[in-house]
Amino acid sequence: MRTAASDLELVRPASLAEALQALAGDPALRPIAGATDLFVDANAGVLRGRRFLDLWPLRELARIEVKEDVLSVGALATFANIARAEAVRQRLPILAEAARQVGSLQIQNRATIGGNVATASPAADSLPVLLVAEAVVVLQSTGGQRRLPLTDFITGYRRTALAAGELIAAFEIPPLPDGAQRFRKVGARAAQAISKVVLAALVGPVARLAAGSVAPVPLRLSRTEAVLASGGSLAEASQALQEEISPIDDLRSTAAYRRRVAQNLLESFFAGR
Amino acid sequence: MRFHLNGREVDVQAPAMKRLLDVLREDCGLTGTKEGCGEGECGSCTVLLEGEPVCSCLVPFGQVAGARVMTVEGIPADHPLLRHFVEQGATQCGACTPGFLLTAYALGSRAAAEEVRAALAGNLCRCTGYQAIYRSIKKARA
Ligand code: FES
Ligand code: FES
Repeated sequence: MRTAASDLELVRPASLAEALQALAGDPALRPIAGATDLFVDANAGVLRGRRFLDLWPLRELARIEVKEDVLSVGALATFANIARAEAVRQRLPILAEAARQVGSLQIQNRATIGGNVATASPAADSLPVLLVAEAVVVLQSTGGQRRLPLTDFITGYRRTALAAGELIAAFEIPPLPDGAQRFRKVGARAAQAISKVVLAALVGPVARLAAGSVAPVPLRLSRTEAVLASGGSLAEASQALQEEISPIDDLRSTAAYRRRVAQNLLESFFAGR
Repeated sequence: MRFHLNGREVDVQAPAMKRLLDVLREDCGLTGTKEGCGEGECGSCTVLLEGEPVCSCLVPFGQVAGARVMTVEGIPADHPLLRHFVEQGATQCGACTPGFLLTAYALGSRAAAEEVRAALAGNLCRCTGYQAIYRSIKKARA
């Protein structure tokens, strides 16, 4: 749908410092990167803001690298970048797997991991993986940097702890404990679907589990993990899972279906543990 | 604003937040790029940005400053994809065709055959049932 665009403004900073300056001086400025949500919001009549800050040129925020045994994924890394990155495929293969399932190729070429986290949708494909990996969000402003665990960064339904004047710079992912990484997205079709249920897990001496589309926020399932850690049975773990999640009926699925599928995925991931 | 369109440097005046799709059709006179859904689902508006398929309905024009954009008009007339699409009947109403052509063009011969379907998942066709499209692309790669 056509959007009246002539009264919208796009600010294109030449450097990260310039972007942070612009943001500090203008709280109404909205950062955008791949812009994959922007015109969707505009079509729906829910576009917030008239002035946009284009982060796309800030290539220094797109780096994916391992520094002192920590995998750092720049906020501007697209899902196509992530799916192809050797460092991700080796250290956190389920992130590469999730990246390949975000929308279509066209979307993967533009959508960034920083945007996925900033939007904080409960259905975001990458978030359960980042939760299982205990990712730390690196936030940058003119005042400097701060770091927040992803669990603290997401504060509610599509809400985050991002402060005025701050940008997400990167995600830092410490080495994961030994174990098999598992990821499964269940949608209406094999490709290009919004998830009905997403489950990510680490199956090993340390069990970690996180889910998407089953609560107002992407959820680390700590009580289910605790049951598994204390040698509880799969039935007991499933019981804990059912108590932790709070799925709803919506246009994509029903609460009952989501409960059933989440449990099936848990059982299939941990059956042979 | 300057950018490279189908191999030529062009200078086009349009609002920075106008959709690349609309700039191509209205300001550049290239109507090969089609709008289907207008929200990134159907792929009919696919163009290549720096060689990679993107939905032009989701790209603010200002973001292509200095970049390379390729539309269906930029595919050489003797490219085998075009001939096989015609011969196989891979196009009916034609609304999806430019998008399929560009996604397939970008894949070149670098993807394995089984990756082709996955790569085309973001291009929807309401007419052909896809088989003729896959066949054309396969033949063009042979
Ligand atoms: S018109 Fe752009 S994806 Fe459908
Ligand atoms: S030929 Fe009509 S949509 Fe594909």
